Amino acid sequence: MSDMNNVRPVIKAGEIVVSNVSKSYGGAQFNKEVVKDCSFTIERAKLTVMIGPSGCGKSTLIRLLAGFEKPSSGTITLDGKPVDGPGRDRLVLFQESALFPWMTTYENILYGPRARGEVTRETIDLAEFLLNKVGLQDFRNKYPTQLSGGMQRRAELARAMINNPQVMILDEPFRGLDAMTKELMWEYYSAIYEENRRTNFFVTTDIDEAIFLADRILIMSNVPAQVRAVLEVKVPRPRKLLDLVENDQSNDIKMQALSILHEEAMKSFSRGSKAAADFVDAYSKRVARS
Amino acid sequence: MAAGTKRFFGSKTWRGAISLVVFLLIWEIGSLSKIWIKWESFEWLRQMLTAFGLKPIYLPWIGAVPAPTEVLMAWTHIIGDASYWQSWYISLLRVISGFIAAMIVGIPFGLLLAVSRTAYGIGFPVFEVLRPIPPLAWVPASIIFWPTQELSIGFVIFLGAIFTIVINVVGGARSIDLRYFQAARSMGSSQWDIFRRIILPGTLPSIVVGCEVGMGITWNVVVAAEMISGGGSQVGGTSGGGLGFFIWNSYVGGSYEQVVIGMISIGIAGYVSSELLRALGKRVTPWLHLR
Repeated sequence: MSDMNNVRPVIKAGEIVVSNVSKSYGGAQFNKEVVKDCSFTIERAKLTVMIGPSGCGKSTLIRLLAGFEKPSSGTITLDGKPVDGPGRDRLVLFQESALFPWMTTYENILYGPRARGEVTRETIDLAEFLLNKVGLQDFRNKYPTQLSGGMQRRAELARAMINNPQVMILDEPFRGLDAMTKELMWEYYSAIYEENRRTNFFVTTDIDEAIFLADRILIMSNVPAQVRAVLEVKVPRPRKLLDLVENDQSNDIKMQALSILHEEAMKSFSRGSKAAADFVDAYSKRVARS
Repeated sequence: MAAGTKRFFGSKTWRGAISLVVFLLIWEIGSLSKIWIKWESFEWLRQMLTAFGLKPIYLPWIGAVPAPTEVLMAWTHIIGDASYWQSWYISLLRVISGFIAAMIVGIPFGLLLAVSRTAYGIGFPVFEVLRPIPPLAWVPASIIFWPTQELSIGFVIFLGAIFTIVINVVGGARSIDLRYFQAARSMGSSQWDIFRRIILPGTLPSIVVGCEVGMGITWNVVVAAEMISGGGSQVGGTSGGGLGFFIWNSYVGGSYEQVVIGMISIGIAGYVSSELLRALGKRVTPWLHLR
């Protein structure tokens, strides 16, 4: 275990700049603009959380950042170089597990290095290190369906990290986990982030999740997606779950975020959107709680 | 081993055994009914029907079928007969070779249709026109096309399996989660790597299902192909011409017990080959059969 530290690769954190990006689907007649003139920066070595009502175009933005799709207009750059197609420098953790079901945990983690023909002594050591890191050393030969939801998410984190991406993109990764597991995953994930300070971009609809994890919070408007507000979270790390309730700054940010989100929700509520109705509902619950 | 033994004597086995016994019992009783019920005592019914201008009707009594005990007796007579086992062997050989040919052609063809839009555009319409044609309809054409009778029979069997295999492969490959491709591409996979490590294993469960269903169809087809093609006794040294021919020949010869023996033999052969294929399928897709 002593040489584990030598195993860790040098982290090269990247910075993504999104400027004036628009994305629309459909032909001229049924054109739907999902992202409109959207600009923001995913700052280097920071954990940026994007929060917005469901269906606001967050997932579309992720596909653009990952390079699975191209913006209709505007540019996305990573450290000054334009993003052109998918690449190992920007890895995505999807909403639900996208582990390959026909591979064991270990094979899944080693997927990237094998794909690039980079299986060396060092990558094997790194795979071991990551297996330990995410606490799955006893599950290395299990298939994804044999893992719990939380384990699957951890295995996927390891599968992404072994490729040493410059930016990690996470699309509501803890959605669908039960409340306990979810909170454990927050602690797990932020510990990993605090340790290596990679650039992370995390998308969620959960305000508590955002405040617990984020260095910066981007609050999105309703569709078409635009950044409504940027909030800095300066609660010291490592954070505790209790901070969410007891820390004044957390509470301030929460109220601030909720009022902006509420405005957005009301705006689209008047337009009759289902997502907005959900949001107003969630909002009233939050206010009642605090 | 303990688990295997337990499962063998589990409720599933018992239910199977009971259903089999009940089936044989009903068959036996039905068959004996021809002794109990004498049609002669219903002469008045026959006369009445004739009086009304109707032809005398004969109910399809199961009594016309030999009883399981009679079949079993007949079986003990031929169980030592080399030509009976030769029939098994020849049918098995035909099924396996036709089936393997269908796999060799069908799996790559299905994968090609799934991965290439061009191939799909060119290949699929023809495939869809040929697909509904029943393999039996191919028998005459097959006899004309192919130089030897064995090839004709093999071709009909091949046709029986290939369409099911191809349809399953195409459907399976197309239903692979898009995110797997995105994840693989992000991590630096080449096209070939994606094919080998995503498409192939992702399609494997459907390949297995296609083969299982296809195997069942091959047995349906082999019998008819053998009956119509007429024996093929030139293949083996003995007079055996496959189980299908065995049935036809027994029927022509008026040995109804042997007809039933032939039917049951095919049932068993089909069941065994399906089970073998299922076991093989489980081996190649271990991630689907956990716990």
